Parts: sequence; C-alpha cells; structure tokens
Amino acid sequence: MGRLVAFFEDEQKFLHGAEAARAAGLAIEDAFVPYAVHGMDEALGLRRSRLTFVCFVAGLVGGSLALGFQWWTSAVSWPLNIGGKPFASYPAFVPVTFEVTILSAALISVFAFFARSRLFPGKTAVALPRVTDDRFALVLTDDSLRAREILNRAGAVALEDAADLVSGGAA
Amino acid sequence: MVNHHESSLREPLVTEPRTLAGITDDIVGQMQKRPTWKWWALFAVALGLLGLGLSAVGFEVFTGIGTWGLNRTVGWAFDITNFVFWVGIGHAGTLISAILFLFRQKWRTSINRSAEAMTLFAVMCAAVFPLIHMGRPWLAFFVFPYPNDRGPLWVNFRSPLLWDVFAISTYFTVSAVFWFVGLVPDLATIRDRLPPGPKRRIFTALAFGWTGSARIWSRYETLYMLLAGLATPLVLSVHTIVSMDFATSVIPGWHTTIFPPYFVAGAVFSGFAMVLTLLIVARSSMGLSHLITMRHLENMAKIIIVTGSIVGLAYGTEFFIAWFSGNPYERFTFINRATGPFAWAYWIMVSCNVISPQLLWFKKLRTSIPVLFTLSLVINVGMWFERFVIIVTSLHRDFLPSSWASYAPTKIEVFTLMGTFGLFFTLFLLFVRVLPVISIGEVKAVLSFGRHKGPQVEGDHTPAPIAPLAGPTKEVA
Repeated sequence: MGRLVAFFEDEQKFLHGAEAARAAGLAIEDAFVPYAVHGMDEALGLRRSRLTFVCFVAGLVGGSLALGFQWWTSAVSWPLNIGGKPFASYPAFVPVTFEVTILSAALISVFAFFARSRLFPGKTAVALPRVTDDRFALVLTDDSLRAREILNRAGAVALEDAADLVSGGAA
Repeated sequence: MVNHHESSLREPLVTEPRTLAGITDDIVGQMQKRPTWKWWALFAVALGLLGLGLSAVGFEVFTGIGTWGLNRTVGWAFDITNFVFWVGIGHAGTLISAILFLFRQKWRTSINRSAEAMTLFAVMCAAVFPLIHMGRPWLAFFVFPYPNDRGPLWVNFRSPLLWDVFAISTYFTVSAVFWFVGLVPDLATIRDRLPPGPKRRIFTALAFGWTGSARIWSRYETLYMLLAGLATPLVLSVHTIVSMDFATSVIPGWHTTIFPPYFVAGAVFSGFAMVLTLLIVARSSMGLSHLITMRHLENMAKIIIVTGSIVGLAYGTEFFIAWFSGNPYERFTFINRATGPFAWAYWIMVSCNVISPQLLWFKKLRTSIPVLFTLSLVINVGMWFERFVIIVTSLHRDFLPSSWASYAPTKIEVFTLMGTFGLFFTLFLLFVRVLPVISIGEVKAVLSFGRHKGPQVEGDHTPAPIAPLAGPTKEVA
C-alpha cells in the first residue's frame, strides 16, 4: 500500500476528514497545516508532548547547579567578607538561582524541540504545495478506494498519491 | 465540528473578511513592496541619531567618564535613568507575548510579534548604559563568573548589581529565543512564496526545514506554552531586580519595599505607551488597520489606565510612608522631591504619569488616534522623568548638607540618549522591512474567531480550483 495525500481548503473540513478517517480505522501518518488548528491533536489522535518533562528537569538541574555554584564560590573557593554578611547568604542567592533556572529550562526545551522535530538551520525541506499558506493536507498510509471515498466525502479538494513525503519527524 | 462551543456574541478579531491566503498577502506583501520615501526619511533620521550616539560613546570611551556630568554626590544620573527607562520599555513585549497568551487573550496575536521585537531592541539600548558606565567596556566580561588566574576571584553573588547582570542577560536571551521560535513557521511561509534566489536561500536556512507537520505543530504548541510560562515570571523578575539595585541600598527614597511592584507596573505602563506609539504609525503606514484594529488600541489603552493608576498609587504611598515612618531623612527626601530644585521634574512626572492616563477613561478619547498617539508620547516622557526623579533627587541632597550637589547632563550624555533612540528606531525600521511584523500563523488561527462560516469569505462556499500538483492526480468520482 502506498501513501495518499488529501488536500482540504477549510479547517473544519480538514478536521472532519481526519476524524472520519480515524473513525474508519485508516492509519494517519501525519498532516501538514499552515497554522496550529484548534482541535487538531484530538482529531488526529496525537499524544501529548513530553517536552514538559524535559523543561522541568532542565530547570531543576540548572537551578541546582546555580545555587551550588554560588555557595561554592562564595563560601568555599574564595570566601570574601562583604559588609559582614554570611558567606553562604542563601537569600541573596535566590535571584541568580531563579534566573539560571529559567534560562536553562527555556534553552534546553527549545533545543530539545528542534532536535526531536529534526529541524536545524539550513535544512532544506520541501513542503507540500500551499500547506504553509492556505491548504491543509492529510497523509494516510492507505490508498485504498475506501480511503479515497471517505476523504472525498469529507470535502477533500484533491487526492494525490505520494511515495516520498517529507515526514514531520518520528511518529 | 470542533468550534461549536464558540459564543455567537464574539466580535471578529480580523475586522475585514479575508481568506487564509489573503492574510499571507497582507503581511508578506508589505515586505515585498519597495520602501516608501517616508520609510527612507525616518530611516535617515534614525541612522543620523545612531551616528551621533556612536560618536558620543566613542568620545566618552576614549576620554573617560569625566565627560559626563556626574560628581561625587550624584554618582548615578543620566546613564542609569536611561538604562531603567529602556529596560522598562521592553516589558510590554513580553507581557503581550507571554502573559496575555497564558490568559488566552486572543487579540494579542496581531501585536505580539512587533512588541517582542521592540522588547529586544529596547533591551539592547538599555545594555549600552551599564556597559559604557564601566569606563572600560572591553573588560565587561569581568561581570560573569569565569575561571580566571586571579585566584580564581569570583564575582560577588550578594550584590544586586550582579543579579541585574543575570536578570538582563537571561531576559534578552529568553526573549530572543521566544521571538525566533514564534518566527519559524512564518519564515517557512515566506520561503515557500519566494522565487529561487539569494533571498529564498536565506529564508530556507532560517526556516529550519519547517514543513507544517501537524506532529511538529502539536509539539510546537507545547513548547510555546512552556516558553510563555517561563517568560511570565521572568519578565516580572527583571524589573524587580532592577528595582533592587536601588531598594537594597540605604539611600532615603530608594530603600523601600514598594519598589519591585512599583517598578514592574511602571515598566508595563511605559512599555505599552511605546507599543502604542509604534503601532499607531505602523498600522496606518503599512495598511494593516484591519489586523491591528481599534480594539487592540483600546485594549492597550485600558492596560495603560490600570498600570498608570498603580503607578499613581505608588507615588502616593511613598509620600505617605515618608511621613508615617517618622524617618526624618525619608521625609526630607520626599519634600525635597516635590518642592526642591528638581520640583519641575517631579511635577512633569506627576502630570504625565498620573493625570494624563486618566483621560483614557473616556471612550471618546480612548478611541481617538491623535489623542492616543499624543498620550503615548506624553507617558513616555513622564516615565523617563520618573526614573530621573528617583535617581537624581534621592542622591543630590544626601545625609550631609556639606556634600549636597546638583546635576546637569553634558552634551555627551544627551547625545548618547539620542543615539539609543537612533539605535532603537534603526533596528525597528529594518525589522518591519525584512520580517513579518504580524504573526501570520497566529492570525490565521484566530481568523474564524467570531465568524460562523469558518475562515472562508462570506458567500464563497465553492472551493477555489487549485493548481495541478506534481505527479498524476487521481480523483474518485
């Protein structure tokens, strides 16, 4: 079985097509859309991203390292008496710990996102025609007559067989 | 259908009927037109100011900080005023992009891109001042804790000035990343419209190979929410930490616990005024009035009323505490502010920041473009004076009358301030030429908002014929 690409010109018809295909048990490989369509995740049956865990762990590690580093430089490596303040002045370490937590959580999340989606600067990917402008494409790994029938009925404006598509990263 | 629970009372965010492709044309078409003479005129003025500022900074760096009007009593004045002013301007961008996103304020979609750009440019302008105040800016890396052969001798993590280094650099980095992540899908949209050539190659490189995959979009939405969640406490922390540069000292007029919320409210207040100034010009000159509508301007005006009132309340509270605390130095500082040699600056501040935004309670004034534009400029002037008043009036008459002094900026300082305006507007004018000023993807997502027929133009129910695709197209009858 090959791949089938169904093009839609309306977000509602696209969502309807995706829901109909899933209800009929057709395997959806991916979809290509110009914007984050509201309700797309449910219609396509996508799982929730695990990026939130990456973000949490990155923040935790970054913040702990920042606090530990401030304690080490101020109280261990070269303690300096500044205005008689304690060497390990934890309340004074809060702002930098907070900033480094945010910085590491944000940067590592963004890096993880690009790595997981296999996006990188200079990558030359060819998008399906008009899907970055005003068209919605649904890609099925099923090009049977039944699949075509279902998608046509849902309002697809064109159906195309496609062998080599640029997939949106690992499933 | 998914959007069936949308209320029928909602007003459309995009006030003119547009197709999805129409939105792309509206926004990208702007970038492909030749710049008008007005753009060139503004750009020439901005570049001129930038050149003036660069020569002032060059002169200062070669000659020394003595070229400024600082003295032993007033050790911080114009430079720190400008630093706090510019950092404050930056706050509205992140507020719009992050906080309004978390509150699901969908109207933010057409203003967040330009407001975020404004944030980045304002933080760049702010960074100039501490850098040149160091006197030897090529040693600026000393502020970061790096292993060195002087011990190693570390930075002092108990100093609020160091917290500021971390706050501002984190703020700039995270804002830049947030902005770029928001740009990637739009860069792909532009890439796919451009004919082959060097321009297309640049956009291909910047678009990171974005194909619009729904799997990536789904993950992207998660990332965007995470970044908004991280940027929200970050933006509040930045001006909080800036205020701690003052509040952790023992100078009367600075040593108060009200400073963090007071500074954050003031920052948002001035930032929204600057967004209004820029967008009022941009929307009319770029023909984007149906995307940046009166509703957007009105909403921003309402935020200005709120934050302006918070600022007014803070001024009152400061005075009350100066009396109520029974601290004679504190009381003297505030009486000196309102009646001393810098009373003119104080009353400019009060009339611009407390009185003028109250005019926006009237709908007639709030929806009048000339009034909004004038008020936005007035508020920016007022907020600059607020920082000047806080810094200079608190310092110039300190505990010992024998060390009392006055302060007046030198030409070099004034030129440096003008130079940062030049830098800001040069960058902003370049931005509106080379990047989409409105988030194309986000506006498309709210296009059907308040319209029951979906994103199609009314009456246009038959789908437009589409261009034949590569390869045989098989259709089932």
